[in-house]
Amino acid sequence: MNTFYFIAFLSIFFAILVISAKNPVHSILYLVLTFFTFTIHYILLNAQFLAIVNFIVYMGAILVLFLYTLMLMNLNRDSEPVKSNLIKIAAVIGGGCFLVTIVASLKALGASQPVVLQNPNLGLVKNLGKVLFSEYLLPFEISSILLLSATVGAVLLATKESNKQTA
Amino acid sequence: METLTTTIQSVPLNHYILLSAIIFSIGVIGVLIRRNAIVIFMSVELMLNAVNLLLTAFSVYRGDASGQVFVFFIMALAAAEVAVGLAIIVMIYRNTNSIDINVLNRLKW
Repeated sequence: MNTFYFIAFLSIFFAILVISAKNPVHSILYLVLTFFTFTIHYILLNAQFLAIVNFIVYMGAILVLFLYTLMLMNLNRDSEPVKSNLIKIAAVIGGGCFLVTIVASLKALGASQPVVLQNPNLGLVKNLGKVLFSEYLLPFEISSILLLSATVGAVLLATKESNKQTA
Repeated sequence: METLTTTIQSVPLNHYILLSAIIFSIGVIGVLIRRNAIVIFMSVELMLNAVNLLLTAFSVYRGDASGQVFVFFIMALAAAEVAVGLAIIVMIYRNTNSIDINVLNRLKW
């Protein structure tokens, strides 16, 4: 039980560091740490498949993509744009109001049951694979088309239009 | 595995909702206070992950595997979103030489 609260504290701590770090590269590194704590949360919930996917896809692929893009642009602390303090305070108040709304509606629900894992192999690869390829086969195939179109779109957007001048 | 499953026995569902709400709010605040387009993207990723964690907690709470399959689809969607979004940011950087979103205020109003 204490493990959960310790990891939850680390998640919130690193998430705050992500949005408050001045250097964008530091932001990404803190985001990696935040996602690592999320992986530990998944392991605590015995969702082993999601823990591995979170580790490989998010920390391995997506964040490295972020880091590469940022380093290609060669940005540093001096070129980092900053907003005025008034907007920052207004943003924190707005986000705080959002949080208070959710917490208040949560309090209205009353006490909750503890999270108990009834079926220990719920989040294992074997069980999830069976569900994914029987019940959710069509969404799975559609998501593959989504990924393909996203890849094609990214390549189309990112290539330089150099043949426009010659044509 | 037995020790892990006994670890979560005593954590109430409310605390998972609270944690996700706090992380989501941090993501919202991050979108509002930063002007660097990439950091704004990272805040969006933070919000997506908060929702993922909550879906997993609900899935374990209900003993239903559908929630975890849904998280898998959200991760595929996030990967597609990042690929297209970063391509757009690279294009903006090439045209304006900065990734300050206030440069792109022509779509405002």
